[in-house]
Amino acid sequence: MTLQIVWFILWGVLWAVYFTLDGFDFGAGMLRNFLAKDETERSVALTAIGPVWDGNEVWLVTAGGATFAAFPNVYASMFSYLYLPMLLILFSLIVRGVSIEFRSKSEGARWHSFWDWALAISSFTAPLVLGLGFGNIFQGLPMAADGYRGSFWGLFNAYGLLTALLFVALFLQHGALWLEYRTGGSLAERSRSLASKLWYAVAALTVVFLAATAFATKLYDNFLASPLWLVVPVLAVASLVGVRLFHARSRAFAAFVASCATILLVVATALVGLFPNLIPSSLDPAASLTAFNSSSGPLTLKVMTVVACIFVPIVIVYQFLVYRFFRAKLTRADIAEGEY
Amino acid sequence: MSVEALSRIQFAMVAIFHFLFVPLTLGLSALVAYMETRYARTGDEIYLRMTKFWSKLFLVNFAVGVVTGITLEFQFGMNWAEYSKFVGDIFGAPLAIEATVAFFLESTFIGLWMFSWKRVSKGVHAAIMWVVAFASSLSALWILLANGWMQHPEGYVISGGRAQLVDFGALLWNEYSWVKFFHTLMSAITLSAFFVMGISAVHLLKGRKSEMFKRSFRIGATVGIVASVLIVFSGDMSGREVADYQPTKLAAMESVWHTQKAAPFYFLDVPEPKHESNLVEALEVPNLLSLLSYHDPNATIKGLLDFPADQRPPVAVSFWSFRLMVGLGMLFILLAFLALVFAWRDKLQKHRWFLWIMSFAIVLPYIASELGWLLAEIGRQPWIVYGLLRTSDAASGAISAGDVLASLIAFVVLYGSLAVVDAFLLVKYARKVEE
Repeated sequence: MTLQIVWFILWGVLWAVYFTLDGFDFGAGMLRNFLAKDETERSVALTAIGPVWDGNEVWLVTAGGATFAAFPNVYASMFSYLYLPMLLILFSLIVRGVSIEFRSKSEGARWHSFWDWALAISSFTAPLVLGLGFGNIFQGLPMAADGYRGSFWGLFNAYGLLTALLFVALFLQHGALWLEYRTGGSLAERSRSLASKLWYAVAALTVVFLAATAFATKLYDNFLASPLWLVVPVLAVASLVGVRLFHARSRAFAAFVASCATILLVVATALVGLFPNLIPSSLDPAASLTAFNSSSGPLTLKVMTVVACIFVPIVIVYQFLVYRFFRAKLTRADIAEGEY
Repeated sequence: MSVEALSRIQFAMVAIFHFLFVPLTLGLSALVAYMETRYARTGDEIYLRMTKFWSKLFLVNFAVGVVTGITLEFQFGMNWAEYSKFVGDIFGAPLAIEATVAFFLESTFIGLWMFSWKRVSKGVHAAIMWVVAFASSLSALWILLANGWMQHPEGYVISGGRAQLVDFGALLWNEYSWVKFFHTLMSAITLSAFFVMGISAVHLLKGRKSEMFKRSFRIGATVGIVASVLIVFSGDMSGREVADYQPTKLAAMESVWHTQKAAPFYFLDVPEPKHESNLVEALEVPNLLSLLSYHDPNATIKGLLDFPADQRPPVAVSFWSFRLMVGLGMLFILLAFLALVFAWRDKLQKHRWFLWIMSFAIVLPYIASELGWLLAEIGRQPWIVYGLLRTSDAASGAISAGDVLASLIAFVVLYGSLAVVDAFLLVKYARKVEE
């Protein structure tokens, strides 16, 4: 019982950290073509995510693996019910990974521009479909006691699309802030000015999303039952305001950290609302997949808890150290020297 | 075609494709780390150039390995939902642990390695690559602990229609998995050694950068002979595991139809599954099959006809992939031995015929590795978890054949394109020698 709750929380943490970390390289990937004005700047922008994107993406692999280990029914249902969206996410991630790695591996304007566009498009489609999927999970999937009643096109409902847009907007802002923080000169300037414009879009979408959530989902039921939890969405909104305040004072790093907090807290808000469901059913509450009816047995949960308690903190420490190692602002000179 | 049939084709394709990149990642990471360590120790610029040359090939290969691995992580849930529900309690754990303890380490440190050439000392930079090499092997171990459980399930009870873990130690110390890990690692190192020797051979034939490629070749030959000999031992141990725990696979891969005591081995053997017999059985060595399988010349081998027809794996594929794999394994020892002799006597450039052979031999360990997996997975059929769950009961219920056909076509197109780009880059960097 307790371990099932622990794993519900860990499940949420893994997804939240994944969105926070891969979020900025999605954003940077989408924006690169539009913010970088020449070949050197495009290389700078790519080098800003080059050393870390792969480590970030492992949070998704871990989230997937942890879902499999801790909630096998959720793993089996989530990815087979959402088969085609999952395929689109996989393809986006595949194209994105090789775009980042292959771009610098050959010369020529056509080669570069091919991978630039491949990266931009795949960095857009991945969060778009992730948002669409989670938007539908928040509403509940049409699961009856005897199986799934949904269809691919059924996912394209207003709330699903709104969540998709929110994901894209959050990550665009996140990526712009990251590029502003990691780079210098005119690229950082353009990132900065775009980030401040994007804030309004994010703020507007967040307000609409929070309002629509009241109508399209049951996520607020938990908050109404125990209003203390409202501190989570309040903090989410506060950190979004924080992004604005830090940004206005030219504190790029603080603004980026506030943006991390926004993403973490938005995901946390959704999870508080979902609990104890991992995937609610929109047809029949009894068919919902919950932390209690879809988890692994006690021994698996125990083993996984031990592993997670030891290794997740270790991972966080060394990833943090690697981020610190790459904290110096990237300049045109770094690229000119080659082999940064 | 059914969801199951299409899903099997798709899984075979994405797994075979992924495994084109895995062994080189496993082996070449260690070889590059060794080369860079030599550079850090000696300061010899040749080792630096060597490190850079091989690491470029490594990175191109690594990138495709990473992105195609993500597919597999989600394939079980997407196409094999019933399997996932049945085994999730057990199979999911090693996958999740793999990501947590190994894949994080590998991915984070490869990023650090790529972008820290000028920012850390030579020794530290080499050490980072050793971490990558260690992490990739650790990753393979956890994946094989998962696969080993499908081959030889241990430490579970069946409750509520699904397998539930009751003994984590049994999963962790599953003999089958460790033998398989050892076998996979040795074959990966052999593949990488042949990769290094083959590309070095091409350059030596053209007389380019002969010192760097001679030394590379020597490293490849030394590692290659050790690993290819160890393959025989790990292969023998694998065979024992199969004999003990997967009698249907043993019978199929040896094409034994009738149960026999003191079974002979036929060097020339052609199975004819249609007639449930062998077309040709010649060049007989008495007792050898019993000896090889059970280390006992009088052991009894249970024949296929003594298993119900619905429990027999496809015989032709199992038999031929096994035979061919073993034949290639023997050839690797011969080639690695010659390579070692010629390389250490500095006679490589005199034996141009041998360099020609080695440059074409690059593909052979790839074929052998894939054949090994064909045998492991097809030989386990009709079971997806040996003896517990049939593959026909494992596919997702919520997807349609149309969905899977669409995804299969999409995978063929995407992976086909990836293969073309990857081959282009590998050839480019294999040819490119920097001054």
